[in-house]
Amino acid sequence: MRADAAARTDSGLVVLVGIAGWLVPGAGHLWAGRRAKGIIFLVALTAMFGLGLALQGRLFPFQFAQPLVGLAAFANLGMGLPYFLAWGAQLGEGQVIAATYEYGNAFLIVSGLLNMLVALDACDIAAGRK
Amino acid sequence: MSHLLYMSLFSFFVSVVFAVLLKDRPRDQARFGAMAFAGFMATALVLGWLMYPFPW
Repeated sequence: MRADAAARTDSGLVVLVGIAGWLVPGAGHLWAGRRAKGIIFLVALTAMFGLGLALQGRLFPFQFAQPLVGLAAFANLGMGLPYFLAWGAQLGEGQVIAATYEYGNAFLIVSGLLNMLVALDACDIAAGRK
Repeated sequence: MSHLLYMSLFSFFVSVVFAVLLKDRPRDQARFGAMAFAGFMATALVLGWLMYPFPW
């Protein structure tokens, strides 16, 4: 009975760490006690996302009629809170004619995908698998 | 800023994240990060030169 309750608490904690890690890059690692890693992820991923916006990349809309656009939107969403802040501030509209447009997209998409990977790693740490 | 600089920045950040994600000791992280960065840069430059003769 106690073991079941402990397992439920542990799995709840793992989910919370994962959500924190997704919302704020590196927060999952900071929560799990890996401070240096958490700070590096916070700085590197936020810088990548900021550079993507500065390079006039686009935060793609969820249009699954165009599968690649939908997938890019899902990757953008992986960045968590910075994505919502940028979306709320109407950043990331994207300038197709800008020479840096594709670079900006690469930075935005890859930062979101990397953040998902980092959040999953934080889940593994919280679950004691790493 | 130049295209090479953007590519270098991208390679740098991705290498840092993978190095810190996959390795635990700072020495291993530095080695893995340097190798990943060098691999990104070398691959991009070699592919760039290989594509040079093609007009499309």
